[in-house]
Amino acid sequence: MNVGLGRSRSAGHMMMASLSALAVAGLAYFVCGFSWQGFIGSPAHTLSLSGKSWNWIAAEPFFFRKLSFDGSAASLAALFQIFCVGLAALIPLGSGADRWRLRASCLSTGLLAAWTYPLFAHWVWGGGWLAQLGVNYGIGRGFLDVGGASSIQVLGGLTALAVTWILGPRLGKYSADGMAPAIPGHNAVLVLFGCVLALVGWFGLNSAGAILFTGGEPSGSAMIAINTMLAASASALTAAFITKIRFGKPDASLTANGWVGGLVASSASCAFVIPAEAVVIGSIAGAVVIFSVEWFELRMEVDDPGGSISVHAVSGIWGLLALGVFGQFQRPVLNVAGDSLPAAMNGIASGQWLAQLVGVATLVGFVLPMTYGMNLLLNRFYPFRVSVEGERQGMDLHELGAGAYPEFVTHTDEFLPR
Amino acid sequence: MKAVGFLMLLAGWFLVLAAIVLFAAPPLQATFVLAGIAVETLGLILVFRSHLIPREEKR
Repeated sequence: MNVGLGRSRSAGHMMMASLSALAVAGLAYFVCGFSWQGFIGSPAHTLSLSGKSWNWIAAEPFFFRKLSFDGSAASLAALFQIFCVGLAALIPLGSGADRWRLRASCLSTGLLAAWTYPLFAHWVWGGGWLAQLGVNYGIGRGFLDVGGASSIQVLGGLTALAVTWILGPRLGKYSADGMAPAIPGHNAVLVLFGCVLALVGWFGLNSAGAILFTGGEPSGSAMIAINTMLAASASALTAAFITKIRFGKPDASLTANGWVGGLVASSASCAFVIPAEAVVIGSIAGAVVIFSVEWFELRMEVDDPGGSISVHAVSGIWGLLALGVFGQFQRPVLNVAGDSLPAAMNGIASGQWLAQLVGVATLVGFVLPMTYGMNLLLNRFYPFRVSVEGERQGMDLHELGAGAYPEFVTHTDEFLPR
Repeated sequence: MKAVGFLMLLAGWFLVLAAIVLFAAPPLQATFVLAGIAVETLGLILVFRSHLIPREEKR
């Protein structure tokens, strides 16, 4: 999707950056990521505050050394996480398209996979203090996130926002006369095909997350898959409808953004809502994504070619809050010690909305400044942005020495004043 | 303005943490969590405004 939403002269570079990000993320997670994330019940460092134990980071050895690959929940979680961290690392690439240097994106990915992701994922999925909110302070069942709406999507989206601020907009995006011309993606087919592939991946992501981190039964996967599909469908149709009303014709790239926004929103709550609620969550996500893309681009002057901030951060935050509003706990939920919390009396856990708010406040109030600060520091030592000449030439030729589509000779810059 | 905005984001988060630790009564806890989020929102507005592109740098 990121490739299709960028320019043709940077398509090969984007694909290369995606592959490199997956590789760097996997290796960084293997070296130290898992040791700081851990799993429910694994050794951890704790702080004592007001007589309560706050679990803030895991204390596993580096290089998966104490992990036995025997089909245990911890080993399956490590397998799941090594893909999840790669997924989180791909999100900022869409925002930095057409101007983020390859090596800089790899270094930034290393920071995300080795520190930012493991730390927050431990708080949510490793029995950390956000998950402990229910046990320690009676706030709902603690912060809940079934399929990674917070640890993968919002974290990746906020990193994308930080990277976009550091990089600045593409040349020609904002002119002195106040205009912000659209720079359309070069291949709508790739974008829409990416949506179909994303759906299949999301079924696995949400189902595996529900089983590993909330104690769900594999038999519950059918409802999770249905909710995922319904949220994405409602979101995409809402996006298509809104763009048809506003622009006269449905917009393919915004509809694709709506589809993925629906998937992202479904991730938080898919195991704890009924299908009709998934449709409502998806519909709202579709509308939120469309207006958010426009707001970031036109009002806030944030040049995000892939729409990653709106699709992943904004839609993810909505999904997390929606769990607090719609979540029903008809089945036991895994708690921070690996035991099951019983089903709620009337299905609704009191205070769940507050636990979700605390999680969102942590993402915006702690993760965003931290990831911005780390990337800003990295940018001081190794500048993120490609030279003006490189941006004009295209990232493919400038950084890789060959174009993605060598048989086509294009590269007149229609977006720059001549 | 940018630094102040980021400091307000952190301050809002600390307010949220303080609400959890210091208050046991759910209404008071919720009020202070919401206050923390309000501070974060103000911080976010400042950070966004500080990243608006100056007119002379638009090209």
